[in-house]
Amino acid sequence: MSEAVSAGTRAADLEVSGLQVLYGGIAAVKGVSFTVGRGEIVALIGANGAGKTSVLKAVIGLVPAAKGTVRLFGREANAIPTHRRTALGATLVPEGRAIFAGMSVRENLELGAFLKRDAATLGARFERVLRLFPRLGERLDQAGGTLSGGEQQMLAIGRALMGEPKLLLLDEPSLGLAPKLVAQIFASVVEIAKTGITILLVEQNTRLALETAHRAHVLVTGKIVLSGPCAELRSDPRIKAAYLGETL
Amino acid sequence: MSEFFQQIINGLSLGSIYALIALGYTMVYGILKLINFAHGEVFMLGAYSGYFLASALGVERYSASGQSFPLGLALVVLLGAMALSALLGVTIEALAYRPVRSAPRLTPLITAIGASLFLQNAAVLLFTPNPRPYPPILREVRFTLGGVIVTNIKLAIFVVAIVLMIGLHQFVQRTWTGRAMRAVSMNMDAARLMGIDVNATIRATFAIGSALAAAGGILFGLDQITINPLMGVLTGLKAFVAAVLGGIGNIPGAVVGGLLIGLAEQLTAGYLSPDYRDAITFLILVVILVLKPEGLLGVVRQEKV
Repeated sequence: MSEAVSAGTRAADLEVSGLQVLYGGIAAVKGVSFTVGRGEIVALIGANGAGKTSVLKAVIGLVPAAKGTVRLFGREANAIPTHRRTALGATLVPEGRAIFAGMSVRENLELGAFLKRDAATLGARFERVLRLFPRLGERLDQAGGTLSGGEQQMLAIGRALMGEPKLLLLDEPSLGLAPKLVAQIFASVVEIAKTGITILLVEQNTRLALETAHRAHVLVTGKIVLSGPCAELRSDPRIKAAYLGETL
Repeated sequence: MSEFFQQIINGLSLGSIYALIALGYTMVYGILKLINFAHGEVFMLGAYSGYFLASALGVERYSASGQSFPLGLALVVLLGAMALSALLGVTIEALAYRPVRSAPRLTPLITAIGASLFLQNAAVLLFTPNPRPYPPILREVRFTLGGVIVTNIKLAIFVVAIVLMIGLHQFVQRTWTGRAMRAVSMNMDAARLMGIDVNATIRATFAIGSALAAAGGILFGLDQITINPLMGVLTGLKAFVAAVLGGIGNIPGAVVGGLLIGLAEQLTAGYLSPDYRDAITFLILVVILVLKPEGLLGVVRQEKV
C-alpha cells in the first residue's frame, strides 16, 4: 500500500487517459485511464477479450487510439509511430513473443539493440541478458524458431532489454508455459524491475500478476472496473470470486 | 562437346542477368508480399539510363576513332544507371504502392500493373518504339578456349553479376540496414518494436532491387546488342519465373532460379528449337507450381498463432 501512495508523487512514465480503441467500428477499449509511475510494476488483469492487449498495442502505437491520449515520459505520443516510441524508451514484448524465427538467438538479441548499437556497451548488455537468462547462452547459434516456448519468451524479454528500455510492456508472458517456467520468467520480471525499469504487465494469471505487481487494474469488456494496490486486490472478495477461483 | 559447353556459357551469362532482375522481385516480395510488376520496366529504364549516360560521356567519339571506351567511364555508366534506377524504384514505391499498402492485396497488384503499363508507354513516347543499338561500353573481344568461344562481354556479365550478388549477400547479412530488411520481411510489427523504421527499410529494398535490375539492363543491352521500350515485358516475366522457381522471397533462390532459367532457355534453343526458348520458361513455371509451389529453396511458411 505504501507503494501506491508514493506512486502518485513519482513522475509518470506512462499516462493513458480516456483511451478508446476501435476495430472496424467495434470498441475493444472504451475509455480507459491509468498511469504508471517510474519504477512501478502495474498489472492489467482481466479475462480473455477484456481489451488488455489492445491497451498495450495502443500504448506502443501498433493500433491507433480512436479517442483519448497516450503520454509517454511526459510527451503526448498519439501521433508518434511505433519505432519512434521505442526510441523514446518504451518497448513491447508482444503476446506470442514475435521472435524472428529464421534468425539465430544472437541475431535476435542484436536486433533488440537496433537503436543502441554502439559497440562499447553492446557487449555488456549482451552479458547482462545472458546472466538473466543463462539458457539463451547455450542456444546462441540456434534459430529462434527452434526454441521452446519458455526459451522464446526469455529471448523476447532479453531482446527488449538489449534496447535499454525505460518502460517495458509485457503481454501475457506466462501464456502456454509450464508452471516451473512461469515462475522463472516472473522471477526475472522482478529482477528487471529492481534495475529501475518501469513495467506494465498484462496477465491472465491473476494470482501471479497480483503477487508481482505493485498496483493493478481490472478490465472487463474494455473498461477498468476495479483498481488498487495488489495487496488490497488480493483480499478483495470480488477478485477472489471472479479471478482467483475462491468461493465466498 | 564444345557446342554443349558453348550453350552452357551462353546460358549462364543470360541466367546471371535473369538472376540480377529476379533478386529485385524476390526482395520486394519478401518484405511486402507484393509482386512488383513494374520491375521489368525498371530493368528497361536502367538499360536506357546506361544508353544515355554512355552517349553523354562520348561513347560514339571513342568508337568512331577506333578506341575503346575507358573502363573507368564504363563503371561510371553502370553506377550512374544503378543510382538513377534506385531513385525510380523508390518513386514507384512512394506513388504506386505506399498509398495502398493497407488495402486488400489485389489493389497493389493492380497499381503495379498500372505502373508497368505507364512506364512502358512513357518509354515508347520518349524513346520511340524503335530498337536502339546498344553503345559499345565494352568493345567485344573474342577468344576461344578449347573450341568454346568466350567474349569479354560474357566474362564481364559474370564478373559484374557475381560481384553484385556477393555484395548484396554481405549487405543483407552484415549491415544494420540489411538486418532491418530481414527483420521486416520476417515480422513487420516485431521489427517496428525493435525501433526499425519500416518505411525507410522498404525504400531501401526498392532502391537496391532497382539498382540490380539496372545493372541487369546494361548487361542485357551489351549481350543482346539492341534495347527497346518493351524489352522489360518478357525478360521481366522470365526473371519473375526465376524468382518463383528458386522460391520467391528467398535471395539465394533467385540466383539459382535465374541461372537455371538461363540454362534451360539456351539448351532448349540449341538442342530442340529456338522457337521453344520462351515456352520452356513457362513450362518450368507450370511444373514448379504443380510439384513444388514453394520453389526449390523456399520453405513452407506456417502461420503461427
